Amino acid sequence: MAAVIEGKGGFRAWLNKRMPVDQFMEDQLTGYYAPKNFNIWYFFGSLALLVFVMQILTGIFVTMHFKPGEATAWNSVQYMVREVPYMWLIQPMHAVGASFFFIVVYLHMARAFLYGSYKAPRELLWVIGMLIYLALMAEAFMGYVLPNGNMSYWGAQVIINLFGTIPGIGPSLVEWIRGDYGIGDATLTRFFSLHVVALPFVIALLVMLHLVALRQVGSNNPDGIEIKEKLGADGKPVDGIPFHPYYTLKDIVGVGLFLTLFAIVVFFVPTFGGLFMEAPNFEPANPVSTPEHIAPVWYFTPYYAILRAVPDQKMGALLMAISVLAFLFVPWLDRAKNKSLRYRGLASKFLVGMFFVTFLVLMWLGLKPADGIYVLLARIFTTLYFLFFLLLPFVSKADGNGPVPERVTYHAH
Amino acid sequence: MLIKFASVATAIALLSGAGAVFANEGGHAGWERSADNEVANLPSLQRGARNFMAYCSGCHSLKFMRYSRLAEDLKIPENQRDQYLVPPGAKFTDYITSSMPAQDATEWFGKVPPDLSLVARSRGTDWVFNFLTTFYADPASRQTGVNNLQLPGTAMPHVLASLQGVPNAVWQNVEHKGPDGGTVLSREFKSFEPGVTGSVTPEQYDEFVRDTVNFLQYVGDPTQLERQGLGLWVVLFLLMFTGIAYMLKKEYWKDVR
Repeated sequence: MAAVIEGKGGFRAWLNKRMPVDQFMEDQLTGYYAPKNFNIWYFFGSLALLVFVMQILTGIFVTMHFKPGEATAWNSVQYMVREVPYMWLIQPMHAVGASFFFIVVYLHMARAFLYGSYKAPRELLWVIGMLIYLALMAEAFMGYVLPNGNMSYWGAQVIINLFGTIPGIGPSLVEWIRGDYGIGDATLTRFFSLHVVALPFVIALLVMLHLVALRQVGSNNPDGIEIKEKLGADGKPVDGIPFHPYYTLKDIVGVGLFLTLFAIVVFFVPTFGGLFMEAPNFEPANPVSTPEHIAPVWYFTPYYAILRAVPDQKMGALLMAISVLAFLFVPWLDRAKNKSLRYRGLASKFLVGMFFVTFLVLMWLGLKPADGIYVLLARIFTTLYFLFFLLLPFVSKADGNGPVPERVTYHAH
Repeated sequence: MLIKFASVATAIALLSGAGAVFANEGGHAGWERSADNEVANLPSLQRGARNFMAYCSGCHSLKFMRYSRLAEDLKIPENQRDQYLVPPGAKFTDYITSSMPAQDATEWFGKVPPDLSLVARSRGTDWVFNFLTTFYADPASRQTGVNNLQLPGTAMPHVLASLQGVPNAVWQNVEHKGPDGGTVLSREFKSFEPGVTGSVTPEQYDEFVRDTVNFLQYVGDPTQLERQGLGLWVVLFLLMFTGIAYMLKKEYWKDVR
């Protein structure tokens, strides 16, 4: 610490005597070594942080003009996008931002499956990440209910009623969540409070813990080998480079690409063909008029497909809960010696590939009505979904032990 | 890096393709047509506004839209706005509400005619176009004397009958395979044939409806043209920003061996 401020006078020295600004930068950015072989999959962590900040900022403005409640919510959204300057841009940014948040988070999670980033010593990092994902699901669900459109209403009806399937406490729990016998004013105002105050705090705290845990164990990389095990004469990892300036600059390129895509959607196709904003939600909530078929927004539909694939509602709800929570146990289900899929056998590669495809197919099925061939497909792919978690311990144990290179794969450009 | 950009571009293409596939719904029954309207067409929007005011606003409101905003966006001069758009007793800053009392509406039609501010977004422009072009005579089963292919059993009378006339629908019996393997007969729409004639040709009527639907699309999202205009500059800026960021990154990464 003394070395940092020695020989410097003025404001910076004054500041550093009172607050460890330079020390913090050194610890977190310039002295933090990350593997040099990150590929495109490593953009999504910083992008998730970017979307989170963006949602907070746009959310602040939406909150200024939004009036929670059964009688006011719908009209206040219409008023803000039509009459408040530039809210026609900020409100859709917030709504589309939710979808982009999940796109980024799903890709971020997929990366962990490709390179075994959840494996020791990063189990806790993964678990905290999964808690962020769970909090984000609650946050997104409540945000979707708030404008009180017709799909908001019926989606909330379906999701909240799921808690009613819990034996014993179910029915009273549902009433407690809604604050009423049906979805009404009390539901909307409490969801507003949770969406705007409680959950953003929870997510912010978890994001901080996620970063603290990351700094402790360091980033994994596409080769899945620990750079800390190969130190140079200076005591720094030979395959590591300082996070700043190398990865800050690289991440800014990712930010540019991401914002370009985001802007294309927000400015030109904000509803994204009814995927990011569903058509029935352009009608106010109507308890006597059910939308043609009720489907949650795309990021929940894999689980929704699993729920509907089971004929018994209680079993369906249970299976759905397990399908989400199963991710928490992946670090211990994967018993391979090697982390990265690059150094695992064909069976492991096939298994993970099958899981990615299964997730996408279930996503598509959840958007379709639950009849005819779709039910059969949903049952097949639900089985495949759980088969992944059941087979993972055996497949990973069997073919994840081959030789790995000493140094990371990197071609200088 | 070029490969990376290419894969990003492929991912975008796949994603938007997926969006189109995911969103693709519905089938074709012969009468379903695309509205084919063009929201950037200002004269069409102006005609649509005129149509709406003349034929729809008696019963339907646009309660999130002000006369003043409408006139400004559609470049309707103030004197014309006050003379033709704003009804007697209303101010030009008022919202476009219907003058029909809700209770009378319920007595006359069985329900209050819905507000149409967002109908083009909730139902889609094609839906509205097909609704307004598929009224047919059905005096036997409907009190209003007409029925509709897009919304069977609609409470709305054929308000545009003076223009279009009232066509008759021709039906045919079609055999289907039932779930138990047997055949099921169902009545399906075959075609329209001229019934009571109206004052305009079928082509003119389609244009009339198209303008009106176009106007409703504008009302559903009145900022869309402005948004797309700004969007172009934002995207161009971001592309330039990304290019510069990439060159800077490349410069720094030269040192990494």
